[in-house]
Amino acid sequence: MRFWLPQATTSAAEVDYLILALLLTSCAILALVFGLILLYMIKYRAGSGIDRGVPGEKTWRMEAAWTVGTLLIFFGLFVWGADLYVRLFQPPSNALKIYVIGKQWMWKIEHQGGQREINALHLPVGRPIQLVMTSEDVIHDFAIPAFRIKHDVLPGRYETLWFEVNEPGIYRLFCTQLCGTGHAEMFGEIVAMSAPGYQNWLDQNGAEETLAKAGETLFMRYGCSGCHGGNGAGGSQSESTVPAPSLTGLYGSPVTLIDGSIITADDLYIRDCIVLPDTRRVAGYPPLMPSFAGQISAEDLLKIIAYIKSLTPEKQL
Amino acid sequence: MSEVVIETPGAAASYLANGVTLRSWLLTTDHKRIAVLYFGTITFFFFIGGGAAALLRYNLILPQGMIGSAETYNRLFTLHGVVMVWFFLVPAVPVTLGNFLVPLMLGARDLAFPKLNLLSWYLFVAAGFVVLYALFAGGVDTGWTFYTPLTSAYTNGHVVATAVAIIVAGFSSIATGLNFIVTIHRLRAPGMTWYRMPVFLWSLYATSVILVLATPVLAMTLLLLAFERIFHIGVFDPSLGGDPLLFQHLFWFYSHPAVYIMILPGFGVISEIVPAFSSKRLFGYKFVVWASMAIAVISFLVWGHHMFVAGTSLYSALVFSILSFMVAVPSAIKVFNWIGTMHKGFIRFDAPMLYAIGFIGLFTTGGLTGLFVAALAADVHLTQTYFVVAHFHYVMVGGMVSAYFAGLHFWWPKITGRMYPEMWGRAGAVIIFIGFNLTFFPQFILGYLGMPRRYHSYPPEFEVLNVLSSAGATILAMGYLLPLGYLTWSLFYGERASANPWNATGLEWQTASPPLTDNFVSTPTVTEPPYNYPPPEVVHRHA
Repeated sequence: MRFWLPQATTSAAEVDYLILALLLTSCAILALVFGLILLYMIKYRAGSGIDRGVPGEKTWRMEAAWTVGTLLIFFGLFVWGADLYVRLFQPPSNALKIYVIGKQWMWKIEHQGGQREINALHLPVGRPIQLVMTSEDVIHDFAIPAFRIKHDVLPGRYETLWFEVNEPGIYRLFCTQLCGTGHAEMFGEIVAMSAPGYQNWLDQNGAEETLAKAGETLFMRYGCSGCHGGNGAGGSQSESTVPAPSLTGLYGSPVTLIDGSIITADDLYIRDCIVLPDTRRVAGYPPLMPSFAGQISAEDLLKIIAYIKSLTPEKQL
Repeated sequence: MSEVVIETPGAAASYLANGVTLRSWLLTTDHKRIAVLYFGTITFFFFIGGGAAALLRYNLILPQGMIGSAETYNRLFTLHGVVMVWFFLVPAVPVTLGNFLVPLMLGARDLAFPKLNLLSWYLFVAAGFVVLYALFAGGVDTGWTFYTPLTSAYTNGHVVATAVAIIVAGFSSIATGLNFIVTIHRLRAPGMTWYRMPVFLWSLYATSVILVLATPVLAMTLLLLAFERIFHIGVFDPSLGGDPLLFQHLFWFYSHPAVYIMILPGFGVISEIVPAFSSKRLFGYKFVVWASMAIAVISFLVWGHHMFVAGTSLYSALVFSILSFMVAVPSAIKVFNWIGTMHKGFIRFDAPMLYAIGFIGLFTTGGLTGLFVAALAADVHLTQTYFVVAHFHYVMVGGMVSAYFAGLHFWWPKITGRMYPEMWGRAGAVIIFIGFNLTFFPQFILGYLGMPRRYHSYPPEFEVLNVLSSAGATILAMGYLLPLGYLTWSLFYGERASANPWNATGLEWQTASPPLTDNFVSTPTVTEPPYNYPPPEVVHRHA
């Protein structure tokens, strides 16, 4: 039994300071409220003969004082909480991406090198980590109390969560969004290791192929290459007569859709193009892309996206 | 306050004596009798929901769970949530104390639509039968929040039947809300201006506005959920092209204002009791009134704070966070005004006042811990843990249920014509306060340490605090059984109550206890402001 929680990330202490500030503010207000009530209960009990004087009629000064007082305190707490949240919301650009898939009732983890694990996540300390998370079925929530973070994991979306662990150790991982009968069994552990230890772990659990490499195989198997070309270079450059857009350098670049809107091609955009193509028609191409909804698992989608992501123009040269 | 002659009514004149047959109760349109019917109904549901809570706390005594199956546990907490929210907390004060007191406080004979009032009770009972069928024929395991796509595509419980029950109960709420709004607008006695109305009526007015505006959204949301479950139309399920977050937006658009539907009537009760037992005018009457109205408006603009980690945008989180802090300001104003009312009063400590003081302490704790989860970065750590469970139980149970008990004791002589046993009443208030804190305070710590909600089993490091919480729950359960015992006893053996046993102001105290079938011998005329308590010297002499 312990009444404290390790501060395992760089931001955990900051969250604790905020919670401490909220706690002290609450204690001060509670002391005031309980103190006054107790004082008045004794001093102004019906039997006490104390002189009450003439009751005051004007109350607005008091009202204004405590309204403005609480407003100021609350606004200060809002700014504090919001500032930290905004910083926790935006990952550094050099974060190491690790993929998380929730399903009833387990966590599946995929590392970029193709290493896979279940209900455990090995990661290096001293380096920003960004989790890219999705669900195969219902909404789950990836929560690590020692890191002071959590985020819902939704089907059909890629939600992200980032942190930097500064203390090697084993930390509890919970699902905190009710996901069915086995909700309470959907837990695991985070193993934070030194950088060499993590590299060692990766090597020992080395997969035959990286995520992107596995994605390339799937790209062929699902027939994507039939239209988009063997190296994703686009239909017009391949022998195929089907006009399909080039995927080279697609990731992170702006795309114009048929309704004229321009969006950035991120993980979710590419996923939607595969699963819900009707909602993501690219301008300048006929609507030939079939939907792969229900045919490609969440894991395989991650691999295909990893492959498409790897198709940078430099690689083509 | 008014020129009402209190005649000593013959037994036949009391509303309770106006017919003793089952038919005279089941077909009554007397708001007071309908209130009594509602008292019976919601007391039944309170103990159903409470029984489920007792089993939940029993299960959590051991880390691996005392109840063998997670399935059973999940169905139990869903039952607890559904019954307590829609069949106790939302209706509790409006349909019982509200039904009984709105016409009396206004100086009216009845509500504007007496038959609609009876219909609302029948709808409520029908909904109650459906929900009992659904919950006992196999139940639902999705929690009272029904998040999709778990609810629409994955679970195999009685989701649709439960949704139907909630929709029907919602129509009952709307009927009551509509009735109160029209009654307060149209049936005020001569001289009863808006600013002469007791705060209890203002609170019910604000509550009714929320009931009428928010409840239809819940009905639509649950209908869409049922359609998706039955006909597989894609609204919320992403595999059908829907958006699961849409459900959360719609659900909380009702369910956050619903929190204020639950607590605003409680504010009203406390605003009657604190002046009565301090023999002093309510401090800052207009501020208390407009704080209620402000809460009614802002409560519609804070639903997104349930979704800070759900995948909404950064900017929406910022807006909902600051609005959530704002909605806490009017609540704080009320607390300070109640304390201001006690200042220089002549405070008596009868059971209603003890419950009211308990309310102020527990509600303030619940409100302040709400700031923790309104502050964005802190919410990320605390949400979906026992911290949130403790927070809303402090507001809903420590606050709202204490206020309900305060009001029940305060108006018990008026409703039944009998006094409850005072010493037992005080003992109940103290036991509930202690039991409540023992049950729920450890859960704040559990939440900070990271224990998730809705877990049938939990890691061993959380055991000590869970055992403490379960031990507290047994005391709390005794605290709630106590009033059931002594209040029932008082119905038969309690001392006869006078018309105004507390020396309180308000028109309801100017008619007999229990009131006449027509409420007043002649229509009262109001000439004075509310809470016009006698000068201190007078009270002092009485004391």
